[in-house]
Amino acid sequence: MAFVAFGSQAPAQEQKPTKTGRVALILLLPGLFYLALFFITPLISLIITSLKQASASGVIGRYDYGFELGNYAYAVSQYAPQIFRSFSFALLATIIALAISYPIAYFIGVKARDKPLLQGILLTLVVAPFFISFLLRTFAWKQIFSNDSFIVNLLKNIGVFGADSYIIGTNFAVVFGLVYNFIPFMTLPIYANLDRLDIRLLEAGSDLYASPAKTFQKVTLPLSLPGVISGTLLTFIPISGDYVVASRDFLGGPDTAMIGNVVEANFLRIQDYPTASALSVMLMATIVLLVSAYVKRSGTEDLL
Amino acid sequence: MTRFSLGKYLLPTYVFLTFLFLMIPIGYTFVFSFNDSIKSNIIWRGFTIDNWLNVCDQADVCSAFGNSIVVAVSATLVSTVLGTMIAIALVRYRFKFRSATNLLLFLPLATPEVVMGAGLAAQFLDFGWQKGLTTVIIAHVMFTLSFVVVTVKARVATLDPALEEAGRDLYASPMVVFWKVTFPLLLPGILSAAMLAFALSFDDFIITQFNSGAVDTFPKFVYTAAARGIPPEANVVGSAVFLIAMTIVIAVQVRASIKRKKMLTR
Repeated sequence: MAFVAFGSQAPAQEQKPTKTGRVALILLLPGLFYLALFFITPLISLIITSLKQASASGVIGRYDYGFELGNYAYAVSQYAPQIFRSFSFALLATIIALAISYPIAYFIGVKARDKPLLQGILLTLVVAPFFISFLLRTFAWKQIFSNDSFIVNLLKNIGVFGADSYIIGTNFAVVFGLVYNFIPFMTLPIYANLDRLDIRLLEAGSDLYASPAKTFQKVTLPLSLPGVISGTLLTFIPISGDYVVASRDFLGGPDTAMIGNVVEANFLRIQDYPTASALSVMLMATIVLLVSAYVKRSGTEDLL
Repeated sequence: MTRFSLGKYLLPTYVFLTFLFLMIPIGYTFVFSFNDSIKSNIIWRGFTIDNWLNVCDQADVCSAFGNSIVVAVSATLVSTVLGTMIAIALVRYRFKFRSATNLLLFLPLATPEVVMGAGLAAQFLDFGWQKGLTTVIIAHVMFTLSFVVVTVKARVATLDPALEEAGRDLYASPMVVFWKVTFPLLLPGILSAAMLAFALSFDDFIITQFNSGAVDTFPKFVYTAAARGIPPEANVVGSAVFLIAMTIVIAVQVRASIKRKKMLTR
């Protein structure tokens, strides 16, 4: 749902802000101050915590201020597989979600444009999964794919699966769950973009004897690129930090943990705050690098 | 396009099948809310509506749901007010540090939840704040604020400034212009922003887990319960919320299409 708003940012007619004065400050300051206090300073806290050292008192969960860069080295050496897995899962799931979502977005935005009722129904169905807790949805997949479930037994009976094969706990199950959860996040921004695509451009393409495939490749796809970019960001970023799908209580197993799982375990269970913070800082740094490449292209005004 | 078009049947069939796929876990959750299960809710043991009638037999489900509502309502109120103010300023006013402001508003949208959750938790730890309902509300206002700004901003941008000018020409004070002209026109945008904030807050798990201490919200309850099996009452709550939300969305759409038709017949 968030992303209907995300995509529909283009105003009917561009307005230049005209007013000046102190009112702007009164309107802006409370919200911006809030974000400074509860978004920016927490990021600084995270960096400070990532550099703390074990307390001289030796109490578990107590750390002293320090400049222990070794925490980063430790986090990387200890959790390299999870770090690698996070980004490869996120990349793979983003690509698959894009492949699944683009045709849907195209159908809703272009093919169904003359039928407002159909378009409305389809859009409602795309956002429908948002209205039921994603934990319940993910858990439903766990039960559907559990050993002895209808599907797994069927696969065994028709011989696709060996007798002791399983789905839950595999990399496949985790990527599957991630793709499922993030299809709407990919579909909505692409739809919002394609919905504004001028059909006459496509007609012009066919008037010039371009094949539908050629028209798609030369006209539709390049024009929809902004939608694809916001869709991929909205998918890749949350997936890289997710830890529900890969959790052993959901679709994951002993060898599917991602960065999020490690941060959760270190922060909330074994109270190793510096390692958890170092991992979070590295995740954030990677995302910032990724996003700033995007910001450089489009400027800050396009972001909102 | 008279030529043979692959898209003619292939694309609609594909879309239909994908939607079917999207609905599977929703249907599954709904069906299993009627399961006559004893402890865990994995195997189908027969149909019952007891789970729906006696949701609060599972006291944990009910109190977690109550907490989620308290958090979502409080966070929505605060972030809608703060976000609407920012949105108006962004569209209507010129001020220095505009790109810094845009960046500050964009960053929370581009930050993985686990980073925001751990960061805030690290800060609460440093400050020595006790985690509980208040810290969850603080966290939820933080991550929903930018979504409110984006949604309301789109609405402010479509307002005709001439309407406000007309108000001023008629000697209305700025306050009167705001409450009599601007605010009523913005209201649909503000309401959809509030609904969005509510939905995001209600469904949030990761940020909540890091900042809630011993307090359970509904998603947190589901996460914890997953280890030993989620009770059917949780399916009831999830399904009920789904049905209510869908009813609201469909009602809004039907109203919009009736409006459209009226405009056409006029």
